[in-house]
Amino acid sequence: MKVETIIKRCEDLYDDLDFNYVKDWKEKNKAGAIGFMPVYAPRELIHAAGMLPVGIMGGGDNLEIIRGDAYFQSYICRIPRSTIELGVSGRLDFLDGMLFPAICDVIRNLSGMWQIMFEGKYIKYLDMPQNFGAEGRRFYLTELAGMAKAFEKISGNKITPEALNHSFGLYNENRHLITELYDLRSQMPHKVKTAELFLLMRASNILEVGEHTKMLRDYITAISNSERPERDHVRVVVTGTFCEQPPLTLVKALENSGCFIVDDDWVLGNRYQLEPIAIGDKPIEALADAYLGETVATASRYVPGPGKGDYLVRQVRERKAEGVIFAAPSFCDPALLDRPMIQEVLARENIPYTAFKYAENTGQIQVIKEQTGTFADSIKLWGSQ
Amino acid sequence: MNVQQKIQKEDSMIMQKEMIAGHFENLARATENGKKVVYTFVPGNLNELILAFDMLPVHPEVNALQSGMRKMSGDYIQEAEKFGHSEDVCAYVKCDIGMMKKGNIGPTGLPLPKPDLLLLSYTGCFTFLKWFEILKKEYDCPIVLLQVPYQAEGKITPEMRDYVTRQLEEVVVPALEKVSGKKFDRDRLKEMLALSAQAEDLLVEVWNSAKNKPSPIDAYFGGVFYIGPIFTAFRGLPECVDYYKALKAEVNYRIKNKLGPVTPEGELNDQKYRIVVEGPPSWPNFRDFWKILTDEGVVMVASTYTKVGGLFEDGFRHDPERPLESLGEYCMGCYTNHSLPARVDILEKYIKDFSADGFMIHSIKSCNSFSAGQLLIMRELEKRTGKAGVFIESDLVDPRYFSAANIKNRLESYFQMIETKRPGA
Repeated sequence: MKVETIIKRCEDLYDDLDFNYVKDWKEKNKAGAIGFMPVYAPRELIHAAGMLPVGIMGGGDNLEIIRGDAYFQSYICRIPRSTIELGVSGRLDFLDGMLFPAICDVIRNLSGMWQIMFEGKYIKYLDMPQNFGAEGRRFYLTELAGMAKAFEKISGNKITPEALNHSFGLYNENRHLITELYDLRSQMPHKVKTAELFLLMRASNILEVGEHTKMLRDYITAISNSERPERDHVRVVVTGTFCEQPPLTLVKALENSGCFIVDDDWVLGNRYQLEPIAIGDKPIEALADAYLGETVATASRYVPGPGKGDYLVRQVRERKAEGVIFAAPSFCDPALLDRPMIQEVLARENIPYTAFKYAENTGQIQVIKEQTGTFADSIKLWGSQ
Repeated sequence: MNVQQKIQKEDSMIMQKEMIAGHFENLARATENGKKVVYTFVPGNLNELILAFDMLPVHPEVNALQSGMRKMSGDYIQEAEKFGHSEDVCAYVKCDIGMMKKGNIGPTGLPLPKPDLLLLSYTGCFTFLKWFEILKKEYDCPIVLLQVPYQAEGKITPEMRDYVTRQLEEVVVPALEKVSGKKFDRDRLKEMLALSAQAEDLLVEVWNSAKNKPSPIDAYFGGVFYIGPIFTAFRGLPECVDYYKALKAEVNYRIKNKLGPVTPEGELNDQKYRIVVEGPPSWPNFRDFWKILTDEGVVMVASTYTKVGGLFEDGFRHDPERPLESLGEYCMGCYTNHSLPARVDILEKYIKDFSADGFMIHSIKSCNSFSAGQLLIMRELEKRTGKAGVFIESDLVDPRYFSAANIKNRLESYFQMIETKRPGA
């Protein structure tokens, strides 16, 4: 399959704010769909119940906000207002439930708004453990068990250990291919364009996992055999984009400004665990342990000991990046409160960085492009160390 | 107003000021007195547990709000912004960081000690996690997390209770033992909790006094002084009970004599509007804000901000027979740990129980925990109660976001509307 064909498919999914793929999938499979907000949700549990997990990441820059702004003050980020817009305009009516993972107070309160506005739907605030010890594990197991019960009720399917292990296998394979894709981009950033990778990641929010895995495999094959010119870009890691997503035009602009993005943190839920989920006779426990164990570091996850910023430094080193771009959504408390702490670590490690804010509908791309272009030039001129 | 009345009304205020000042003195001398210091947050705090280990609490939000009232927060916030903190984020955090960067001189002018322990009680506010991650980088001391589950389903489940109690037993108490060098004395904690419950009974009576007409208290502007002892360093101590006894006596006196609360502009006896308030005050403009409302003859008969440490009107009391369990329930019961639907229920009940003419939502930029969803709360309340609400915006401690003229205009229009909606108008 051609790269262009795959990416066109991704673009169509990205642009379709009516989620026709999900509606068709539901019709075809006579099954339910559960939405989830960033950053992480246990998609395997939804899948094991025979339902489709659907990542809802706001409305992006294609959605005109008509009613959503009436629900939020100007100093609150954009993702909740566009998500409300999707809800009140009926675009999310196909969802049989919605998960709101604990990421910040805005998403937490959005779960309560959803309870008021969409009565009768399954709505779950997913209180992720920030205590990663035995007490947190015990609590999270009860959260997972409660969700499993709810999913069984909605779907009419029993979540058996076999079904869950099967889902683990599919998602492990998907994560493995995502890792492969990220590695490939790092090795050949001129070939694996970040805008394409971004669209492929966004497609993981919508597509059934097996279909997405096939798409990744097709892309990797196609891009490996493609010819694209080398470019004199600097290698950077983008961080801060774990919740409200940058618009595609901004992602393209970063690349066009002279930056090869060799790692990032958007659509993080599809590669949150760094290790495969263990397949065995206690799958719910394995799912909990996968969350509590080795994962990516992100601002919504508490860092209990020293080591804040270490994950990012490791990303920079392993990807041979020359700098970091902090791209945080406006009014995002987790990202913006993390930033000074992490900048301090980068400064200590002599890693250059630049920072800007965006919204999912940012239109002023040129200013940001000039900033990141200057950043890239400064690295080329003076180096990163 | 005669002299005797004036003295009687000021007793509790004087007591409260002396208690707070005494606490800051104790903090300033903590090192020389060999006292260990715990930094922790106000909502659902573990004051009795900290005191049971002879440690002293420091509440960063209290320092921030006190800095706000003393008009120092603007400088502190800008200082933090110089260190890379965004203008978008919580100003309490920035105020605290700015104060620390400028020498950590507390609001009373006395130095604050460094923490021996950071007790991160993660209750009702995600930003608390970040705040203490920042402090942890500044201070070479241990940190312990108590995760308090959110009441998303509108109730405390057995699993939530179990989670908090286990963390208290297996994580928090051992950490306090280690840092204090003292064994956990359960009996001492029980004695304190019994005193807490007494103070809580008295405070509920004070809140309920606002059902009288005229209301003898202002449950928002006056209320923030009433909550000082119980939500900070004194709950569990005999002086806390004494304070609420004194306050209750004053309130009883005012009820008997049909007097309104004391405001900076004098006694508010001519109460034209009874209003329920949602959201914290703007601390740097506290007096201006109060005056705008007093000038309109407004008395605040109930507020949610004064429940930010915990709600007691729903029957919760610290229970000496279930010490750690009830501490856990307290943590989970603070106002912002309630779901949006539950918050609507609480406000609706206030509007009805306190015979309010309307309600005011003071939405503040700094606090998403409070603010996200308030516009929906407003719609729901108007729908359910038929009472009109007014929505105003400013900030907790960032003076750049307070526009007195805009707020005054909006409030004046609002009260004109209330007037026209009155029967017989």
